[in-house]
Amino acid sequence: MNFLPPNLAPAYPEIFLLIMVCVLLLVDLMVGEKMRYVTYLLAQIALFGCALITFTTSVPEVVYTFSGMFVDDALADVLKLMVYITVSMFLVYSHKYLAMRGLFSGEFFSLVLFATLGMMVMISASNFLILYLGLELLSLSLYAMVALRRDSVVATEAAMKFFILGALSSGFLLYGMSLVYGVTGALDITRVTEVIQSGVVDSTVLVVGLVFIIAGISFKLSVAPFHMWVPDVYQGAPTAVVLFIGSAPKLAAFGFVMRLLVEGMGGMVADWQGMLIILTILSMAVGNLAAIAQTNIKRMLAYSTISHMGFMLLGIISADGNGYSSSMFYIVVYVIMTLGTFGMLMLLSHEEFEAERLDDFKGLNRRNPWYAFITLLLMFSLAGIPPTVGFYAKLSVLQAVLGAGYIWLAVVAVLFSLIGAFYYLRIVKLMYFDEPESDAPISPHGDVELLISVNGLAVIVFGIFPQTLMTLCVYAIQRPI
Amino acid sequence: MLFGFPLLSLVIWLPIFIGILVFATGGDHNARLAKWLALMGSVLSLLVAIPLYTQFDPIMSGMQFVEYHAWIERFNIHYHLGVDGVAVPLILLNCFTTPLVIIASWQVISNRVSQYMGAFLVMSGIVNGVFSSLDAILFFVFWETSLIPMFLIIGIWGGPNRVYAAIKFFLYTLMGSLLMLVAFIYLYNVSGGSFSILDYHKLPLPFVPQILIFVAFLMAFAVKLPMWPVHTWLPDAHVEAPTGGSVVLAAILLKLGGYGFLRFSLPIVPDASQYLAGMMIGLSLIAVVYIGLVALVQTDMKKLIAYSSVSHMGFVTLGFFLFNAYGIEGAMVQIISHGFISGAMFLCVGVMYDRLHSRQISDYGGVANKMPIFAAFFMLFALANAGLPGTSGFVGEFMVIMAAIKVNFWYAFFAATTLVFGAAYTLWMYKRVVFGVVASPGVEGLTDVTGREILILTILATAVLWLGVYPLPLMEMMHTTVDGLLAHIAHSKL
Repeated sequence: MNFLPPNLAPAYPEIFLLIMVCVLLLVDLMVGEKMRYVTYLLAQIALFGCALITFTTSVPEVVYTFSGMFVDDALADVLKLMVYITVSMFLVYSHKYLAMRGLFSGEFFSLVLFATLGMMVMISASNFLILYLGLELLSLSLYAMVALRRDSVVATEAAMKFFILGALSSGFLLYGMSLVYGVTGALDITRVTEVIQSGVVDSTVLVVGLVFIIAGISFKLSVAPFHMWVPDVYQGAPTAVVLFIGSAPKLAAFGFVMRLLVEGMGGMVADWQGMLIILTILSMAVGNLAAIAQTNIKRMLAYSTISHMGFMLLGIISADGNGYSSSMFYIVVYVIMTLGTFGMLMLLSHEEFEAERLDDFKGLNRRNPWYAFITLLLMFSLAGIPPTVGFYAKLSVLQAVLGAGYIWLAVVAVLFSLIGAFYYLRIVKLMYFDEPESDAPISPHGDVELLISVNGLAVIVFGIFPQTLMTLCVYAIQRPI
Repeated sequence: MLFGFPLLSLVIWLPIFIGILVFATGGDHNARLAKWLALMGSVLSLLVAIPLYTQFDPIMSGMQFVEYHAWIERFNIHYHLGVDGVAVPLILLNCFTTPLVIIASWQVISNRVSQYMGAFLVMSGIVNGVFSSLDAILFFVFWETSLIPMFLIIGIWGGPNRVYAAIKFFLYTLMGSLLMLVAFIYLYNVSGGSFSILDYHKLPLPFVPQILIFVAFLMAFAVKLPMWPVHTWLPDAHVEAPTGGSVVLAAILLKLGGYGFLRFSLPIVPDASQYLAGMMIGLSLIAVVYIGLVALVQTDMKKLIAYSSVSHMGFVTLGFFLFNAYGIEGAMVQIISHGFISGAMFLCVGVMYDRLHSRQISDYGGVANKMPIFAAFFMLFALANAGLPGTSGFVGEFMVIMAAIKVNFWYAFFAATTLVFGAAYTLWMYKRVVFGVVASPGVEGLTDVTGREILILTILATAVLWLGVYPLPLMEMMHTTVDGLLAHIAHSKL
């Protein structure tokens, strides 16, 4: 039998990243504590290299490789590029914060890059097992990152919760996949689609499998009622790690949903639409109502994440190309806002002090008007108030869901976003209307300050000119239409 | 006509850019610079808006000074600006008010001056944007953005209960406008992918969607105007806001609601508007009569004027939903006139508040003995608020009552009670505050208005009298537009 070597080109970014992680691990052994920034730079170089490779090897057509288990298409390219940018921004935001807390270590960077690799595999997988492989690579790295501060009780508790519930959800997912495999006899997503559409399979078992798959996805997306881990992990983990969990993996999870639900189970739209409607309403309700009661800003942002994921699902519910690109736009905008918000939290923290109470924002306008203004933009964007980009994210998913004929769902969504506006406004109130509790100057770090300014202004610049970002999302979704 | 020159863009963006410059002057050590820059900017913005009046062709129907550029192609959203005879007076009113507000706050605000002055300039530009947008999303962006500066103005420089008032103001208005957004997206889907307001005017719609869209618009505009029973945010916001904030709120922001009815509700869903006119007239009359009575028993001057605003706004909706030219033009005159009068009334209260730091009627008495010039100005504005012939307050109310009598005697009857109640609450307050013997040592120590205050009050007094005696230029300006609107409403869209 002849062995045909697979076409490696579509997987070049993954291969490059894997090599770079190994290099990074080795280099990190040689450089001492003083030279740790070399590791940091190496991680940034790895991400930049990946971006370069993805960009240059990007082809307009869909390429399958490894016997159809791995796919490279517009969706994969765009999502991967977003992931690199997000991870790279995350590293800039967090390096000072980590250094102050003794977490600035080689393991951290290798974990981040392994997680990134996991996300890339998730985004490009075209087979149930590969999807699962990517997901576990990501999840295991995240568990370790949450537990990185091992002398902290809350962090350990958060890591335990995260791990147990995460493992449970992976189990759900795997069980759902095995049911689908049992019915269709296929693991390749393209093959599963064909079998489902042929209509010769037992749809009862298929629906049971779908329920488990949706439950597993909901855990990863942090959608209610599978959201219990989110507030605890956000509260317990170091802010830098929360920023990581809350940003790039959401992009990967979106890719995951697209591959699994839209491409794989596209023949069962009517079934998963109904399930997602329940999930989205629950998420918007739980997220927005529970956020009001929080005094810890990280918990509040956790509930805000839950409600945003509910909103994002609105686009997927409408189940057409327009809806998917709206959801993708929502996710991208959400990631931009999350990066800025947690970046600001880390900026306000210093050596002995962790900014995590809402009251830590008190009087920020007096202490530093520019940071207060950036936070104001981010909060209005999270609340979906124009002229910030958050408004267009809400506009596009609402347009999609109304286009699909769910007028009542759109009305429910806007009512919940009204409730949500309250707790974002409360932060603005604390910053602008109250007197500061401490007059401690906010120590500026050159690169972080620059990035947070760019990040904050991006919220309003994309708010005035959202066309580019929207076009990019439409381009990424061209195939499933 | 200035062909091709983007005049409306200039009117919108000039104040916003100067506002950002004012923000950039930084802390309070640059307060003088911030004030002068803000004043220059606001006067300049008024000057560039004047061609809107001189170059406007009142005979021409349709939109003028149109600008049309692609903006967000993904959703077919355009940067589409244009004004008609209804929008131009409102833009001019807005540009006229901003310098007055800045002069009025000249000495009172000593804390974060640049942010205060900048916020007013930015808001002025945003409001011009609301009045000149012809794209629903562009309109919505300006409409919502206008909340942010006002929220900050009330919350930072307001009174003791300012946080409650600011958040109530924001959430109330947001609630109304979100349903309007749903209606816009619905119209977008129905019209085959257009956010153009002018396309919506032509779009045929079945009856039930028309009713639902009307209700969604009503939520937005009724809260903003405000109509009874969703007016409760207004007294809170007015009482807590600094004087400048109250003036802009009463003179400008309330008008956005009235403008919304003319630009959206009536032309887009004419059948629903006519079907529900009875309800709208009922709500308007409740506002006129009931809120007039509520105003009578207020002990806080600002609250009294706030309720008087709600009552006067009842005339606006009454005039709109009578569906005749007198009614709509009368309502528009009322809108402009109320902009001058309520602004002036809040400034008068502000003048007293700056000296005695109280808004309670009972803390005053005999002010005329100590502030004779001020008392004379206040008298004029109080009489105008009560609708004295010869002042602008009379013209609008009289026209609406005339229009009402053509439709139904009882509408006119209840509307006319405002001439009694309005006079009662305004003049009774005036009597208790200004006349009588000097009530307290605080009043004894009052000093009369300064040159700066006289300047503002004189400008407003001139406007009130000019509009009261010679409202013709204003009416000529909107005549064609109102006729066109009525002809449009007369055609069923079913």
